[in-house]
Amino acid sequence: MRTRAYEHTLNSSTVPAGRPALEIRDIELRFGGVVALHDVGFTVTQGHIHAVIGPNGAGKSSLLNCVSGLYHPQQGSITLHTGDGGTTHELTKLAPHKIARLGVARSFQNIELFSGLTVLENLMLGRHTHMSQSIAASLLWFGPAQRQEIAHRGLVEEVIDLLSLQAFRHKPVGSLAYGIQKRVELGRALTVQPALLLLDEPMAGMNSEEKEDMARYVLDVHELAGVTVILIEHDMAVVMDISDRVSVLDFGRLIADGTPDEVKANPAVIEAYLGAEDH
Amino acid sequence: MGAPMAADTFPRLLTGLAATRPNDTAMQEKRYGIWAPMSWSLYAARVRDFAHGLAELGIQRGDIVAVLGDNRPEWLIAELAAQSIGAAVVGIYPTSIGEELLHILTLARVKVVVAEDQEQVDKLIKLIEDERDGRRPTEYAAMPPLLLETVIFYDPHGLEQYDHDFLRDFTHVEQVGHAWGSTRAGWLDEQIAQGSAEDIAVICTTSGTTSRPKLAELSHSNLLAMADHLTTIDPIDAKDRYVSFLPFAWIGEQMLAVACGLSRGLTISFPEDSSTQKTDMREIGPDVMFSPPRIWESMLSEVQVRIDEAGWLKRKVFGWGYDIGDKVAERKIKGQSAGGLSVVHAIADQVALRPVRDQLGLARNGHAYTGGAPLGPDVFRFFHAIGVNLKQIYGQTEICGIAVVHRDDDIAFNTVGTPIAGTEIKIADNGEILLRSASVFRGYHRNPEATAEAVDPEGWLHTGDAGYLDDKGHLVVIDRQKDVLTTADGVRFSSAFIENKLKFSPYVEEAVTFPSDHGMTAIITIDPMTTGSWAEHERLSYTTYTDLAAKAEVQDLVSEEVNRSNEDLPDGIRVKRFVLLHKQFDPDDDEITRTRKVRRNVIADRYGLIIDALARGDERIGITTTVTYQDGSKVDRTIDLRIVDLTNYREPEGRGRRPVWSGRR
Repeated sequence: MRTRAYEHTLNSSTVPAGRPALEIRDIELRFGGVVALHDVGFTVTQGHIHAVIGPNGAGKSSLLNCVSGLYHPQQGSITLHTGDGGTTHELTKLAPHKIARLGVARSFQNIELFSGLTVLENLMLGRHTHMSQSIAASLLWFGPAQRQEIAHRGLVEEVIDLLSLQAFRHKPVGSLAYGIQKRVELGRALTVQPALLLLDEPMAGMNSEEKEDMARYVLDVHELAGVTVILIEHDMAVVMDISDRVSVLDFGRLIADGTPDEVKANPAVIEAYLGAEDH
Repeated sequence: MGAPMAADTFPRLLTGLAATRPNDTAMQEKRYGIWAPMSWSLYAARVRDFAHGLAELGIQRGDIVAVLGDNRPEWLIAELAAQSIGAAVVGIYPTSIGEELLHILTLARVKVVVAEDQEQVDKLIKLIEDERDGRRPTEYAAMPPLLLETVIFYDPHGLEQYDHDFLRDFTHVEQVGHAWGSTRAGWLDEQIAQGSAEDIAVICTTSGTTSRPKLAELSHSNLLAMADHLTTIDPIDAKDRYVSFLPFAWIGEQMLAVACGLSRGLTISFPEDSSTQKTDMREIGPDVMFSPPRIWESMLSEVQVRIDEAGWLKRKVFGWGYDIGDKVAERKIKGQSAGGLSVVHAIADQVALRPVRDQLGLARNGHAYTGGAPLGPDVFRFFHAIGVNLKQIYGQTEICGIAVVHRDDDIAFNTVGTPIAGTEIKIADNGEILLRSASVFRGYHRNPEATAEAVDPEGWLHTGDAGYLDDKGHLVVIDRQKDVLTTADGVRFSSAFIENKLKFSPYVEEAVTFPSDHGMTAIITIDPMTTGSWAEHERLSYTTYTDLAAKAEVQDLVSEEVNRSNEDLPDGIRVKRFVLLHKQFDPDDDEITRTRKVRRNVIADRYGLIIDALARGDERIGITTTVTYQDGSKVDRTIDLRIVDLTNYREPEGRGRRPVWSGRR
């Protein structure tokens, strides 16, 4: 193996870059009398890092939960494009595990890893949807199950390399620093070989150095693997730096959608989110 | 083995090894969590392909190829390939930036650079584009033109989108070379046969504690003579293992991994990543190791931190074992046997010392060397007490890194040993150490004036170091000649000696001392790992390095340490006042070299205000630092530093002594 290039692609989408990957149309999400999202709609383009920003309680995580199937909006549609043949899937009525099988992977704002398992084991779990051996074969392990595990380990090791997790491979996730755990979360989402990657505040609670590292990794993931990313983030500097497109939510409504420069110049955004004193 | 070796070249040695031991492992690299071996025959085949590839790119006999990257098999493949076609290789520290890089590339007229990854390629693209657009900063205008034509990278990650026409993938060059070579059967063998042992094999940048690095030309015969002389003292053979993690741009790594590696057929192992170095080294358990003092000091700090985190029983057991190890070591280094202690020592070794060696990856180690800078006698002693056969090497890049070394049965912690075979030593009238051997370099690249200053017509290398031979014939190095100080009563001493005493404290990372009217003063940087762990133990909260260094408790802690190191010093050279600097020394700021030697002149210049304030005995000093970000923007920050005065220092009552191996009492 002379080359150092990765053997596996981490992007399972075959939609050509520049075409729509995810279309969100007129979403309405209510919890009883509380309207979490009202009339929200935008399009995520294949190959973009698409940021969703907004003040606390604006409905960012709710929107992500609608895409990954944890919430089912009362109205509207979310259409995922897979394959260049124009195959589409309507996500609003699907269960989360079915959406995951379509290649939508996500990381959570609060780390959702198995803290007693090692980094490697957590990442191998990300391959779960791709494993096909029966319980009996897996218990026996030798033979097909072993071969399968070795094949999946190859991909997982490339993710470890991509995210520089080598030193933590065999450490239990619970013993690791917060910034590293966030990186493992990203890794776990990547081992799914996503068609669409949803990142819910990957840099929350980090210091500026950790943030910079994480931004670097998100960019690496995007550049190396070409994965389409929907990114929820609070840190404006990071968002404006790494995103191709930004959608802004405020009180459950979409108040702006455009390139980082357009959004920065939008008066509604400045008032709602950036605050008057900043500009 | 022996005499005929010196007449050979590295490519011919590789050809020989590929023929005699084709399936043995030449090197192994940990990739994706697995040690991936490369046999001698595959190594030789890849060198052939890459050599053809370089020839196809226009590299000719006498050219110089630069390699810029961390230690990987590709580094050595590029080196041997260049040498196979009569070119030489210059190693550049992967952390080098801007001016340093431009200086080396232009001075050596480099046409092809083999770079590791996106990070290195980005630096080179910037240089090439600035040169093309005439944007070279005016202060570098005097440097010759940049002739760089091709950049070859071996880690393609992140480079997929780059479309610069001068970029080539390493494996692509190998493929093209393979095709190019297949139509020219026998061409490369002829090239290898034409190579002379007197050709330049490697150009090493001198560490340049004083000025811009000079490029020292080392021939095949220089390096192989050195390998022969070293291995007659400490035999190395094909069964031995070596872990390569220090930069190949450093002479010490070329010396063991390349010169000894190829002449003795060592297996070289490359760690997976800098972060996994320690665990990888422990997995391999190298037989031979050569590291600068930094590495040994950090190993000691690590032991100190981990012992302090251990339970009381482990501390007791280790303390007991250490004392016995220390006594036995004292006898051993004088060539005596352990005598009555041998049985107890065997037990102490099993229960207390070997486990620590194992943790450090030194369980199998037979020969360990330190060199490049002086190592504090106390650190030295620690390693002998835990059973590591650590020896001092003295030598410059200009003499292939080694001229003087300790022998197994004749080690003294304050000397650097006796000359290796074939090396003559002489102390000049002004106290300068002069050396002469077959390993004295060919000269500085394109700098005959400097060469004439370094080597006189009789072949003596002027080291610039002051020293003397003691009554047992050991060489004692005092310091760089211009740094040697003389006390009022005429005793010659070295600030490095005081600094090393200070640095023996686990909490002190670097110390730079300056003479003043009232005694010595010092600028000290703390070791964030040990001091941080101490602060946690003391329930002291801190945020950044700057914050930690400004804590009064930390200043008290260091005061105690400085006071302790003062006890062994004559009054005139005791440290009277010190400052804990708000930052660590950084090679990017030129404050230390890439091999982590302090640049005194830069420190003296940059922190002149602090040094003056120390000399005056002020209580505080405010300094303004300018931080330059990568995008060119600059920010000024003012920081207030406290000057700690030890003139009337009294050690707090009732404090016990801490043992060498621990940061606590």
